[in-house]
Amino acid sequence: MANFYKDNQDLKFQLSHPMMKRIVELKENNYADYGKYDYAPKDFADAIDSYDRVMDIIGQICGDILAANAEQVDADGPVCKDGRVTYAEGTKKNQEALTQAGVYGIALPRKYDGLNFSMVPYVMAAELTARADAGYANIWGLQDCAETIAEFASEEIKAEFLPRIHKGETCSMDLTEPDAGSDLQAVMLKATWDEGKQMWMLNGVKRFITNGDADIKLVLARSEEGTSDARGLSYFVHDKKWGGVTVRRIENKLGIHGSPTCELVFRNAPAKIVGDRKMGLIKYVMSLMNGARLGVGAQSVGISEAAYREALKYANEREQFGKKIIEFPAVYEMLAVMKAKLQASRAILYETSRCVDIYKALNALVTPERKLTPEERKENKKYSRYADMLTPLLKMTSSEFCNQNAYDAIQVHGGSGYMKEYPVERLYRDARITTIYEGTSQLQTVAAIRYVTNGSYLEMIRNEYESQEIKVSDSVAAACPDAQVRLEKVKARLVAMTEQYEKTVALMEGKPEEYIDFQARKMCEMAAFIIEGYLLLLDSLRCEKFIDSAEVFSERAQAWNNERHFYIYNCNSETILSTCKNVKSDLDIVYQD
Amino acid sequence: MSKEFKIVVLAKQVPDTRNVGKDAMTPEGTVNRAALPAIFNPEDMNALEQALRIKDKFPGSKVYILTMGPFRAAEVIREGLFRGTDGGILLTDRRFAGADTLATSYAISQAIKKMAPDMIVAGRQAIDGDTAQVGPQVAEKLGWPQVTYAEEIQDIDENKVTVLRRLERGIEVVTSTLPCLITVHATAAPCRPRNAKMVLKYKYSRTANEEKDPLNEGKYAISVDEKPYLRIQEWTVDDVGGDAESYGFAGSPTKVKKVENIVFKAKESKVLSGSDADIDSLIGELMANHEIG
Repeated sequence: MANFYKDNQDLKFQLSHPMMKRIVELKENNYADYGKYDYAPKDFADAIDSYDRVMDIIGQICGDILAANAEQVDADGPVCKDGRVTYAEGTKKNQEALTQAGVYGIALPRKYDGLNFSMVPYVMAAELTARADAGYANIWGLQDCAETIAEFASEEIKAEFLPRIHKGETCSMDLTEPDAGSDLQAVMLKATWDEGKQMWMLNGVKRFITNGDADIKLVLARSEEGTSDARGLSYFVHDKKWGGVTVRRIENKLGIHGSPTCELVFRNAPAKIVGDRKMGLIKYVMSLMNGARLGVGAQSVGISEAAYREALKYANEREQFGKKIIEFPAVYEMLAVMKAKLQASRAILYETSRCVDIYKALNALVTPERKLTPEERKENKKYSRYADMLTPLLKMTSSEFCNQNAYDAIQVHGGSGYMKEYPVERLYRDARITTIYEGTSQLQTVAAIRYVTNGSYLEMIRNEYESQEIKVSDSVAAACPDAQVRLEKVKARLVAMTEQYEKTVALMEGKPEEYIDFQARKMCEMAAFIIEGYLLLLDSLRCEKFIDSAEVFSERAQAWNNERHFYIYNCNSETILSTCKNVKSDLDIVYQD
Repeated sequence: MSKEFKIVVLAKQVPDTRNVGKDAMTPEGTVNRAALPAIFNPEDMNALEQALRIKDKFPGSKVYILTMGPFRAAEVIREGLFRGTDGGILLTDRRFAGADTLATSYAISQAIKKMAPDMIVAGRQAIDGDTAQVGPQVAEKLGWPQVTYAEEIQDIDENKVTVLRRLERGIEVVTSTLPCLITVHATAAPCRPRNAKMVLKYKYSRTANEEKDPLNEGKYAISVDEKPYLRIQEWTVDDVGGDAESYGFAGSPTKVKKVENIVFKAKESKVLSGSDADIDSLIGELMANHEIG
């Protein structure tokens, strides 16, 4: 009997964030659904209570069912037979429980049988499922596709597909092809209009498609013959019932075994277009991708949480040299850093979610009769920009932290951690994908670097975080009398780190683009660590349970940023690129017979 | 297939004896209810699932929970509502208190006469008393057939129900006429999780007595006048009628003579070889101590 929501007070804390009032107000459009649906909230308190109760349901299913099935699902995995995928038995049970609980479609509007929840609880559900079974979390998380349909498809498509999410039908987003991975402009799968059937016909191959045998597919395909770039791509929805798609094989992966990764063959598979022609990659996939990156952020935090708990438990149970190993500085230091990384990644996860929430809820208000007011337009622009800025930092750092935590969790276990008997080995394998899919850490850097060089991160740090007064709440002061002093020191450290970051970025002045790309990741990470430090600091003002991590994290982050700063400062920008490129001279070693 | 059934699930709120801590028992050897969380009796959950499956299969069927206990036992009815039941009745009255299985089954059978279901489904036994008597006694009092140890209700039509029973040495499939009472075993399918929409719809449901409790002040954001389905019914002895002497303490012939708190004191251990002689002597010893026999 475990409840992954109830046993983690950090989650409920996120529901109490001051921005939630505005988010819920927008999302519920001043509680217009109350009276229309017997499960719609009456006011803010009622809505938050509903969030809490539904997280409780999901937390219990994750603790009792998903987590209990995880080991067997990892061993069994799905199978592919006659072009179709069958989930592992445990996966089927997970799917059944969450469907019966009526939580699929959690974020969809009520008219499509959803619960109309905001991003914060939606993301929380993703975190909970990932802590229980990171592979299953993908099947759960792919309901993101429904969000894209809700946002961009025609009313007819919405009515046809969206209510099915609530019934537990699954989704996939079919983007990658053998020759189009990170570079999606190269997608070749062909879409041709069939006048007789009045449908688009899809032909070609997709690869690495998570949950590829889904009921509802969103497919990126080339609708404009003769084109070879992004402008020739459109977005389509395909219903499994229409036929034409078969699964050629399931990939044999290092981890996330519960999630079938498929190679698909499309042979005259009928499809309907989503939104406008030629906008497939430019608009819709970009939007879906941001959602998916938020999802991987949530998945990373979930795995991190699981790894931290396993490590903590083992360190408390294992005795060596006559005492519990948690009593040794080398071990408790490791655990404190794990916790700080976990809480920092959770802080940026929900901060990003809140920004997404506000701009998406504002967008949803717009109808032919209702335009946004000038204030709302300003708010929309601000949070939409913040969401774009934070998403790559979240994806990059939370997935890297999750890997570091999984690594350290094994280290705490010593030799036992290397054995298959303990869950940490699975967490380690599951964690590995998070820095890769939905855009590698290197590609997150590509998305984030412009905000480094144009000063956006600096401006955001100063305007949103540095400007806030450091004044602990009465309850924090009562629980932790030295909180104010400790947190002022954290603030001073973050201010110094921000100045250092500014100096580091200034070193890019007049440098060629290739050199900036070369140093980009380090600068993006510096910005991320400062933001995460501030978020932990701000959380500490409301709850004393974050103070330790605010201290540990900011101290560590300062050391990490120092290293990055000095590396960049000391780099010889004239020679470093060619020096590193010299690795190519080793190619003859690789290719010798 | 158009048949609609009315099913009553008997459920009990019990102390969670599965998670027993140090203070689970009082020094007198009785259950320390304050130290144990109150939960929905596990096998009653299995029973609820069987009832809800009939409702899934025959839409329009109604499932109600019937429970007896203090005001807070209404929680059991809410747990049912959260999973798809149509309502429930809480038998609550000081005159019901102190009931053994005989008086309990009397109160329940009186309530059942008023509710007039096609079928009763109950857990085999409660984890606090472990008697497995209440279900069968209710059936006897109503003069209904009973099927115990059910693992699955396989089929139901207007006249009869087919049930798979899990017995010590195998399984048995039996058919009973309706109305009847079925007690469900823990090996039956686990109960479905709470359903989000149901939870949000019924989260403020309460009995009149819960509403009056000062501890619940400010807890109910929506009034029962506005949404009458939020009211959970309570019945007293007056609502179910019958013989006043058969209820509660007066109607309970079971008298507890003595409760012994057994503490194992022996520290030394004994190694047995597994030979027939050793086993014989062990059996002799255990029988002499009345530990078996």
